[in-house]
Formats: sequence, C-alpha cells, structure tokens
Amino acid sequence: MSDAAITPSAEAEVKWGRVRQSRRIQDRILRVGCTTATALAVFVLFWILGMLLWKGGQGISLDLFTKITPGPGSQGGGLLNAIVGSIVLTFLGIAIATPIGVMAGTFLAEYGKGSKLAELVRFINDILLSAPSILIGLFVYVVLVMPFQGYSGWAGSVALAIIALPVIVRTTEDMLRLVPNGLREAAAALGAPASIVIRQVSWRAAKAGIVTGILLALARIAGETAPLLFTALNNNFWFNWNLTGGISNLPVTIYAFASAPYDNWQQLAWAGALLITGAILVLSIAARALINRK
Amino acid sequence: MVAVSEQTYKTARTDTRRAKPFRFDPLFAAATRAAAITVLVLLFGIMASMIYGGWPAFRAFGLGFLTGTQWDTMNDVYGGLPAIVGTLSTALIAMVIGVPLSIGTAIYLTQLAPAWFKRPVGTAVELLAAVPSIIYGMWGLFVFVPLFAAWFQVPVSSVVEGMPIVGTIFYARSPSGLGILSAGIILAFMIVPFIASLTRDMLDQIPTVLRESAYGIGCTTWEVVRHVLLPQAGVSIIGAIMLGLGRALGETMAVTFVIGNANRLSASVMDPGSTIASRIASEFNEALGMQMNALIGLGCVLFFVTFVVLVIARILVSRVRQY
Repeated sequence: MSDAAITPSAEAEVKWGRVRQSRRIQDRILRVGCTTATALAVFVLFWILGMLLWKGGQGISLDLFTKITPGPGSQGGGLLNAIVGSIVLTFLGIAIATPIGVMAGTFLAEYGKGSKLAELVRFINDILLSAPSILIGLFVYVVLVMPFQGYSGWAGSVALAIIALPVIVRTTEDMLRLVPNGLREAAAALGAPASIVIRQVSWRAAKAGIVTGILLALARIAGETAPLLFTALNNNFWFNWNLTGGISNLPVTIYAFASAPYDNWQQLAWAGALLITGAILVLSIAARALINRK
Repeated sequence: MVAVSEQTYKTARTDTRRAKPFRFDPLFAAATRAAAITVLVLLFGIMASMIYGGWPAFRAFGLGFLTGTQWDTMNDVYGGLPAIVGTLSTALIAMVIGVPLSIGTAIYLTQLAPAWFKRPVGTAVELLAAVPSIIYGMWGLFVFVPLFAAWFQVPVSSVVEGMPIVGTIFYARSPSGLGILSAGIILAFMIVPFIASLTRDMLDQIPTVLRESAYGIGCTTWEVVRHVLLPQAGVSIIGAIMLGLGRALGETMAVTFVIGNANRLSASVMDPGSTIASRIASEFNEALGMQMNALIGLGCVLFFVTFVVLVIARILVSRVRQY
C-alpha cells in the first residue's frame, strides 16, 4: 500500500503552530475517539477469549472427550456425544450445501452473466446471507419437523446447510470472477464445450478460493445454536447414527448447561464454549491464510 | 462392403466421442441453473412457511396481534407488542452505541493506524465477527451483566430516581443487570465488526488522490474524514449500517441470555423485556397449538422487518461486495 506510506509522512509535516486552535482540537478528538473505539473492540475480543480460556480451561480433561453428557444431578461426565453429534451435523450440513452452493455460484459467474435471473438470485442470496438464523430454524421446523412428528438430526443438518449455502454461493461466484477470461477463451478455442471449460479450467483455477468459502461456511455454522433448538434439539445419550431422532450437539448442550444449577454442567458448558470458539477461530484463520497465500 | 462399414464405424465412433460432452453440456448448465433457483425457492419458502405457520394467529387476533400487550398462555391470548417493541428498542440501542464505534474503528484502520499495525488489528476485529452468538451470551450473562448491575444500574438508578422522563427511562426496579439496555450493549459489540469491516472496505476504495489533495491544501485528518471520505462513501456506509441493523434485529442467543425474558411492556430500558427472537427461542419448544402459531407469527413479523431492512441495505451497498 503506497498510500499508507504517503499519508503519515504528509501529516508529520504539518506545523501545528500555524493551525487554528479549534481545528487542532477537532483533529485530536477524532484521533483519540477512533483509537479508543478500535481499542475497545479489540479489548472485548481479548476479554471474551481470556474468559473462555480461564473458565473453560479448567474443564478441559480427558473425561471431556471420553464420557457422555451427565444427567441432572449426577457427577462428572463429558461432552463426547455432543462433540460427535456436532461434527456429524456440521459436516452433513456442509455436504448438502457444497454441491448446491458451488453449482449456483457457477451459474452466477459463468452462465448467468447479465441475465435477469442471475441478478435476482444474487440479490436474494445476499438477503439469505444475513437472514436471522432463528427464522431458518422455524422454516425447517415447519417443513421438516412438523410433518414428520419429531426432531431429527436430518432437520438440524438441513437448517445448517441453508445457513451455509449463501456463504458458499457468494465466495464461489466471487472467486470464479477472478479467473481471467483468457483462460476460458483458450480452452474454448481448443474445442472444449462450456461444461468442460468450467470444470477443468475455471474450477481448477479458483479451487483455493472455493475451498476458502467452504471453510468460512463451516466456521459460520459450527457455532449456530438458534436453528438447532427446534430441529436437532438434544439428547443425553450416546451418539448412534440414528439421524431420525434428536441429536445431541455442542451449541444446544452449552445453552442448556450454561444456566443450569449444577456445577459440573456449568463447567462442561464453559469447556464446550472454549472448544467451539477455538475450532471456529482456527477455521477462520485457516481460511484467511489460504486466500492470502494465493 | 468392408471398407464402407469400417467407414461408418469410424464416423460413428468419433460421433459418440464428440457427442458425449455436448450432450452433457446442457445437462450441466441446467444443473447449475437449478442450484441457483434453489436459492430463490429457499427464501420464498421461508416467507411462505412463516405466513402459513402464523396464519391462525393472524386470523384469530387480527391487528391486535401487533398491538396487544397480553401474552397469556392460559387463555390463549397473544399480543406481540412487548416483543416487537423490545426488538426495535434493543436494535436502536445497539445502533446508537455500535455505529459510532464501528465508524471510528473503520477510520482508525484506514487512516490512523501505522501500516504494520493495520493487518493484526483488522484481523482481530474480523475475528470478533466469527465468535458465535452463544459465546457473547455467556460472556454477557456471567461477566458483563454482574459488572453492569454493580457499576452502572445501581448508581444510575439512585441518581435518576424521581426525575421526570429520565427517571422513567433509566430507573431499574430490580437492578439485576438483565434487561433491554444490557441486550442492546451486547448487540452493539456484535455488530461492530460487521459495520466496521464493511466501512473499512469502502473507505479503502476511495481513490488515494482525493485524500492526498485534501491533505495537500492543508486539511487536518478530521477535515479529510468529514469533508472528503464520508461524503464519498456516505451512501454505502448507510447500507453497511442497515446490514448491522438487520443483524441486530434477528440476533437470538446472546439476547436470550441477557434480556431477562419478561413478557411485559416497560418504559424503562433497565427492566427485563424480550425480543421476537428471544421469545421464540425460549418458548418454542414447549409451545403447542395457538401459542406455536403465535410464535411463528412473530417470526413472520421479524422476517418482513428484516427483509425490508436488508433489501434497502443491499441496494445501498451494492457497489461493494463482502462476505
């Protein structure tokens, strides 16, 4: 960034003695105000992380990964079933969202250039991207839970997939747009039909970017709680691959345990919060590193 | 004979070779189109399911569903006003606190921070956006709320007690720390990273030469920001703020933890209340019959409010793309 180098040196030249007092004070207020605002935001991040490490760190033990969630009033216990359930729900959600998302993103970037349909889809996708996740939970409840008379792991992962989908569509489209047109034209000139050009040239060139989008989507849905409340719900049993019943998962377990009257439940909630936040921050940083390497 | 059949065989073979990808081509195009249409279907499906699920409540209570203050599960009378007011007031508080913080952060990141410092601070602000909302809720309930009660609610309540207007708005009947104001403050911290990173991207897009010419004629940083940067990015910053508003309106878990989930309407921001999202989150699993319809009806109200806000936001920020 060349501008960054120019601006500070330019302001270092300013002779304050010749500037009117009120302008000087105005400027000071802006500087102090903006720096304070940033410091506050960064401070809150470290405060939250510090609190998680402090309270959650005490709960990290082998039991956390080897025992299932305890019943009311019983001692000890771990989060094994919740961790496994969360991983299954999250990856199932991504597995549903990825093919649809990548294909939709491909349509927007490759086929739909300038078409009315693509414009509408792009706009609606942006709305869906920021739609409240609790409404997506309600939608899946009305569509999948009510007709089948029961909470299910499938409903939970569909809800997560709906949240992940717009993120994947958006990144896929943006990344495909970065692929130089010359590559497509070269492939087309060799006689490759559109579908081959897209799969063998565009997708390959944009691979790192598309994977980044999937990682971002993974980070986004890993901590989602609201949509799971009415879809996957929870249970206190060992995970048994039966996705037609309620599935224990970390976010809902944390929600249920955090304000419970039992000490071991609260301890588990903090440990779970630490695990989930750690995983999400690692995913976000990995996604950032992947895109910056290119 | 032999030569002819071989000839046909050859053309046939090349034909199948060439025909295969070409037959696959429209199929692939149709598949991508179908995937894109799925996105449309989802949003309209959400809209339709909210209307379908909330219809019995709308029909039973009519306009009273929006203006009624009773939420009585015994007599099956449901009025959404306290939750609607709670949603709007927490979002408003979040905006009042969060917007200056976000814009300040964006200005710091683009104009004031040393070059080597921009990246780590920028990443930290973006990571704040990645923290799940349930973690904000736990931080709010166990760390922020007790501090807020002891250091803000109690002293402020004792000062404003008996004053007109201010005394009504800021007096806490039971200074537990839970309430509309606490929820608004937590929401403010949650929307800062969104608005700040969007605004930063917009400020970064303004041509450097504009800034430099302003500095060149002797403007201070404040004057450059006020008269050059903000007018240039103005509309898209409003769009970014609207996006933050959309998020604040629909935020669920963090609010559910700290708002106190009271079903009554109160004039004081220090008192417990509820938002549409927190009401749904805390009651939905035990709700049956009309109560469930009423909750989905509230969800429908939330959907249309956020939909309008987000549509305006997207139109305003359409010039800038982000995740």
